[in-house]
Amino acid sequence: MTNRFRTASGGRIDRAAPLSFRFDGQTFSGFKGDTLASALIANGVHLIGRSFKYHRPRGFLSAGSDEPNALVNVARDAARAAPNLRATQVELHEGLKAQSQNRWPSLSFDAGAVNDLASPFLPSGFYYKTFMWPAGAWKRFYEPKIRAMAGLGVAPELPDPDRYTQNHAHCDVLVVGAGPAGLAAALAAAESGARVILCDEQAELGGSLLSEVSATIEGRPAAEWLAATLASLAARDNVTLMPRTTAFGYFPHNLIALAERVTDHLATPGADLPRERLWQVRATEVVIAAGALERPLVFPENDRPGVLLADSARTYANRYGAKVGERAVIFTACDAGYRAALDLKAAGVSIAAIADLRTEVSGELPARALAAGIDVRPSTVLVGTKGRLRVSSAQLAKVKNGAVGPAETIACDSVLISGGFTPSVHLFSQSRGKLIWDGAAGAYLPGTSVERERSAGACRGVHGLQRVLEDGYAQGEAAALASRDHASPARGATPAPATPSRAIPASAEDLGSAGFIGATPHGRNPALAKAFVDWQNDVTSKDILLATREGMRSIEHVKRYTTTGMATDQGKTSNMNTLGIVSEALDTPVPKIGLTTFRPPFTPTTFGLFAGAARGDVFDPLRKTAIHDWAAEHGAAFEDVGNWKRAHYFPRAGAGGRMEDMHAAVARECKAVRASVGMFDASTLGKIEIVGPDAAEFMNRMYTNAWAKLEPGRLRYGVMLREDGFVMDDGVVGRMAADRFHVTTTTGGAPRVLAHMEDYLQTEWPDLDVWLTSTTEQWSVIAVQGPKAREVIAPLIEGIDLSKEAFPHMCVREGTILGVPTRLFSVSFTGELGFEINVPSAYGRAVWEAVYAAGERFGITPYGTETMHVLRAEKGYIIVGQETDGTATPDDANLGWAVGKAKKDFVGKRSLARDAMSAPDRRQLVGLKTTDPKIVLEEGAQIVTDPAAPVPVPMLGFVTSSYHSAVLGRSIALAMVKGGRARIGQKLMVPMPTHAIEVEVVEPVFYDPKGERLNG
Amino acid sequence: MVESPSVNMPSTTPLAPASPLTALAAVSRAVASARLVALGPAARLVFRGREAAIGPAGEAFGVALPREACRFNAAGGRFAFWLGPDEWLLLAPGAEPAPLFAAIEAATTGLPHSLVDVSARSTGIEVAGEKAAFVLNQGNPLDLSLGAFPVGMCTRTIFHKAEIVLVRHAPDVFHIDVWRSFAPYVWELLEDARRELA
Amino acid sequence: MLIITCPWCGARPEVEFRYGGEAHIARPADPSALTDQEWADFLYNRTNPKGLHAERWRHIHGCGRYFNALRDTVSDFFVTTYKAGEARPDVDASSGGSK
Repeated sequence: MTNRFRTASGGRIDRAAPLSFRFDGQTFSGFKGDTLASALIANGVHLIGRSFKYHRPRGFLSAGSDEPNALVNVARDAARAAPNLRATQVELHEGLKAQSQNRWPSLSFDAGAVNDLASPFLPSGFYYKTFMWPAGAWKRFYEPKIRAMAGLGVAPELPDPDRYTQNHAHCDVLVVGAGPAGLAAALAAAESGARVILCDEQAELGGSLLSEVSATIEGRPAAEWLAATLASLAARDNVTLMPRTTAFGYFPHNLIALAERVTDHLATPGADLPRERLWQVRATEVVIAAGALERPLVFPENDRPGVLLADSARTYANRYGAKVGERAVIFTACDAGYRAALDLKAAGVSIAAIADLRTEVSGELPARALAAGIDVRPSTVLVGTKGRLRVSSAQLAKVKNGAVGPAETIACDSVLISGGFTPSVHLFSQSRGKLIWDGAAGAYLPGTSVERERSAGACRGVHGLQRVLEDGYAQGEAAALASRDHASPARGATPAPATPSRAIPASAEDLGSAGFIGATPHGRNPALAKAFVDWQNDVTSKDILLATREGMRSIEHVKRYTTTGMATDQGKTSNMNTLGIVSEALDTPVPKIGLTTFRPPFTPTTFGLFAGAARGDVFDPLRKTAIHDWAAEHGAAFEDVGNWKRAHYFPRAGAGGRMEDMHAAVARECKAVRASVGMFDASTLGKIEIVGPDAAEFMNRMYTNAWAKLEPGRLRYGVMLREDGFVMDDGVVGRMAADRFHVTTTTGGAPRVLAHMEDYLQTEWPDLDVWLTSTTEQWSVIAVQGPKAREVIAPLIEGIDLSKEAFPHMCVREGTILGVPTRLFSVSFTGELGFEINVPSAYGRAVWEAVYAAGERFGITPYGTETMHVLRAEKGYIIVGQETDGTATPDDANLGWAVGKAKKDFVGKRSLARDAMSAPDRRQLVGLKTTDPKIVLEEGAQIVTDPAAPVPVPMLGFVTSSYHSAVLGRSIALAMVKGGRARIGQKLMVPMPTHAIEVEVVEPVFYDPKGERLNG
Repeated sequence: MVESPSVNMPSTTPLAPASPLTALAAVSRAVASARLVALGPAARLVFRGREAAIGPAGEAFGVALPREACRFNAAGGRFAFWLGPDEWLLLAPGAEPAPLFAAIEAATTGLPHSLVDVSARSTGIEVAGEKAAFVLNQGNPLDLSLGAFPVGMCTRTIFHKAEIVLVRHAPDVFHIDVWRSFAPYVWELLEDARRELA
Repeated sequence: MLIITCPWCGARPEVEFRYGGEAHIARPADPSALTDQEWADFLYNRTNPKGLHAERWRHIHGCGRYFNALRDTVSDFFVTTYKAGEARPDVDASSGGSK
C-alpha cells in the first residue's frame, strides 16, 4: 500500500528515508521519524485492535502515551516479543513486525465480537453478580474462559534474551518533560550552573513544539528555536538530555525512576546494548513539566475507528505528515477543535462541520474557522456515529435548554473530538503532593508539595505558549537556586507564581482552559447507547450511572465496581469524565467526589527493567568456599545454605558404573567417618574475632556460659540467647589469648550474631574495651574426623604437639601446616576424634588437597552436609534453627549444662527466670525410635498420643530431624515433645495422611552415649 | 608430637595463595574506558581501638590513621582506610601480614585496641577509565561525581547485593575491596555493566 | 528509598542502613531486680507514636555505627539524626529537613 494519506510536504519525518514494516502480516511503508501509528494512518489504516470486553473494533484515539486502544505486539522473534505496546509510541524501523491483539481469527472478523451483542448481560460488576453459582465453578470454568476471552496481549513463553541494565544517577535539577516548559526550565537551571537531567518519553525532545507549524518563539519559528535550544543544552557539560526516557515513578526523598528505551527503535541493535535502562535518579530538586492530556468527549459510539482526539489528529498532520482521513467532523468543547480544523484543512483534509458544545462561540480561532468557510455549529452535540470497521458518518443534533433536537447525519471518515485539556498531575500526585480543585481551570492542579519539586507549565494549569515558556524558565531558575541548599525542607510549600529573570516572547494561539467534563447529552435510549468513558477497560457512561444507582458514592468504589481508570493507561483519558458523570448523577460538586490515587508506573514498564542484571547466576550473590571447586571436580552434589553453595554429598560410581544416590553416598560417607576418617569443608561457619582487655567480660555478658576461667588454648561450646531467653545461636569458641577469642557461629547466623554483639557493645556497654572483627572469610575450615584423624594430619603439622596428653579434646593450638599458619582445633561435631584446621582462605584449597593426599592411605572420605547432619544427629547434637525455632530455651534443647548458673547477668538470663520458661510441660528435646526400624519419619511431622482422639487432636510436638543411620542400621529421629524427658520409654504416635507410625521416646543420643570415641 | 611415618612428608615447595578471581580475570575482555583488574595478594589488618592506640598504630604501620570520616591516607605504597570512627583497614599490597601485625602489636602493647589479620578475607578489584563511575553506578547508589566522592575518599557501601569497600585513588581510578566469596559476583556484574562499552 | 544522614558519613541511601527499633530504651542495669511485668515492658512495649519517633538505625554497610534518628511517622521524613548516647534533641516535626 502507498502512503495515500500522507501530506504533500512538511512534518518531521525524513521523506528521503522510507522504511518497510509489517502489520498483521501485511507489508506497509513509512518514513524514518514515523511511529507505527502515524505510518498506519498515513496508509489509511485505523482498525488497530479489538476492545477488552466487548471486542469492539477500535482505532487510534491519541498520538501519545495516553493511547488506550492501539495496543500491539511487536516481535523481533519468538522470544523478543513485547505485547501491549502503544502503537503511538512504537518508533518505526526497517523490518518492524507488529500484530494486533485480542481478536480471533482476525482483526476484521473477530468471533469474540459476539460479546458486544451480549453486552446487556455484561454490566458493571457482572463478575460479582453472574458467576456466583455453582460454588467452585468460578475457578474451574468461568475464570479460565473469561481470561481467554478478555484481556490484552500475550506474553512470550520463552526467556527474554535481551539485556536490561540499571543505573544510579544524581543531579541538582531533574526536569521531567521536554516540552516548552521543560526546555525553558532546563535552560534556566543549566545557565545557573546546576547539574541538570532533562528527560522526555518521546523519541524527540520538544513536546508540543514538535506539532507547531505557525508559532514563533523569540522571533523565530518554534522548530528553529527548538533546534537551537536543544543544541545549546547538548553542548553543556552540566546537562544530560534523555529522550525515549519515561519518568514513571516518584519515590520518597526525590528518587525518580526513569525507563530509557535504548534499542527498540533500532532495526539491528547490537547484542551488547541493553534493551532498556532503569535510571534511579536522586535529584535535589525536581521540575515536573509533564504538560496536559487532551480529554475526549463522551457520546454514543465515540469508540469507532476514525474517532480521534482533535489535537492528536493535528499532531499526525503537522508532525508526521499523516492525514487522519479525507473528511472530518469535529466535536469540541474548546478552541482545540478549531485549531485542529484549521491545521488539518491546511493539510488537505476537508472539514465537514464543527459541532461545538458551547452556546457562545467567540475568539480568534473560531473567527478564523468561520473565515475559512468551515461550517461551525454552536450548541451542537454528536449523538452517534455509524460505520462497521471505520466511522462513515456522524449524527449531529442541536441542544436547546438541555433538550436534544433531531439528528442530522453527516458523512465523514473521521471524527475529531476535544473536551479540553487535563493537566498531567500523575507524577506530582505520586510524590504525595496534595491536589487542589481549581474551579476556574476546571481541573485538579498541584497544591501543597511534599517533596522538593515544583510543577511548570500546562501540568499546573498555565496556558499560552509565552506564559508556559516563562513559567518553565522561572521554575527552572528557582529550582537551581533551591538546589544549592541541600538541607532545605521545601516540604509543605505551595507552588510559587515565580517570575522569570527574562522574558521569552512567543506567539501562538492560546486555547485557554475551557472544556467539558462528563458525558454530553444525546437524547437516545440510555439502555442501548454506548458512550465510552474508559476505552481500554470498555467502561461506558451507562456503567458508571449503574454504579451510582447501586449505591456507590465514593469515586474509589465507582472505580473498583466499574473498573474505570484501572486499565494499563490508568485512566489518563477517562478519570475526569468519570468524575463529571458521577458528579452530575449524585448532584455533588466534583471536588466533593474525590479523586483516585495516581500510582506508579506512569506507563506500563517491563519486568526486565526491574530485574536488571539480577538474573541467572547473579540474581543473588552465589557464595563459594575456597574448596568449592575441588568438591565440584570430585563430583559433589551441592545444596544452598543461605547464599552459600555447600557440598551436600559426594556420589561415587558404584558397581556397573551407576552413580550412587544420596542415600547410598551418605551411608558410605557415614561409615567411613566412624570406621576410619573423613574430611569436611566447614568454611562457611561464621567467625568473629573478639579482641581487647574486656573480651572475656564481653563474652560473659553475651553467652550463657562462664568464660573468665577458660584458659588460653582451650575451646568451649557457647550458647547465645536473645534477650527474651530463647536460643539464638551456638558455636565453638577458642580462647587464643587472655584478650582474644576466636568465636564461631552457625553458617546462617554469622551476620545476625555480629550485629547483635555490635548492638550491645555500641549502645549498652560502650565503656568496654573490646572490639569485633568478622573473620568468616579469613579462614578456610577443614574438618578431619574419625579414628584416624590424628594420623592423617600429623605429618603435615609443624609447631604443635598433637599427642593426646598435650592436645586433648576441645583445645586450640597455633602452628603451621605445610608452612601455612593454622589455628588447629581439636573439636568434633561427629562424636569421633576430630580436628578442624583453620587456614587463611587463600590457602584453603591447597591445604585441603594436601590433607586429602595424606589421608589416602586411610581411605579418607570427603563428606558433605548431609553426612554431617546424620553423624551429629546420631550423637544428639542440635542444630540451631532445626531443633530450635526461636521458642526454645537452653534447657528445652538439653543445653541447660551450658548456662552459667552463678553468673549475675547475661543476655537472656532475666527472661529464663520467668516461671513459664521452666514449666515442666515445655517442649523438650528427645530422641524417637520407630517401632519399625526401616521407617524414616518425616521432618516436621506432628506427634500425638492417640491419633483417633476427637478433633482437634492434642499435639505433643514435632519431629525436628530424621535420618536413616547406616552405622546403627535403623532410622533415628530427634523431636521436640511436651514434657519429653519425662516421657522417655513411652510409645507415641506420628499420624500420617493414611496411617499412624508408632515411635518410642528415647534419650537423644543414639551412638556412643558415653562419648568415649571423642578422644580417639 | 605423634611420630610421623616416612610417607607423605610435608612438601618443600611453599603453597601458593589463590585468588577467587583467577578464572574470571583470565577470560576478561580489555575495555579501555573501564578496565577491570584483579589485584594481587596483600596484607590486610583491621585495627580498632581507643584514642591512645591510634597514633602509635599508625606510626608502626607507616601511615597515619585518618581521623576524617570516609578518607584514606597513603604512604610508601601502604594505605590506611577509615571505615568507622574506631575502625581502620590497613592495606599493604604484596606484603606478608605477620611482620606488620607484630610491629603494630609491639607499638600498642598495653593500649586498648584490637588488631586482626584479615589478609585472606577479601580481594581487590581495580575499576579504571573514563566510564569507571558509570560502571560502578550500575550497582552502587552513591553520587560518584568528584564533588561528592572526591579522590581520597573511601567507604563501605554496596554493589548490587554485596558489601564492598569503595576507594577513589584518582578521578578515573577506583578500587573495590570485597569479601572473597562475594568477589566473583561483583566481578561478573562489573563485566555485565561494561559489556556495552568498547 | 529514603536518604538517611549518618552522623559520621553524611547523607546516604537507605539500602546501606538497618532499622534498629525504638531508641532510648536502656537495658536495665540489674535485670534481676525487675518484676516480670517491668521486664516485659522493657522487652516488648514500645510507644509507637503518630508523629516524631526516636529510633535507632545502624549504618551497617557504611561505618557500622548505631545512631538515633527523629523521624516523623506521618510524613516519613527525618527531622534529625544524632549519635548514640546523645540526648534526644528538643525539636518538633516542622523543623529541620529531609537532609
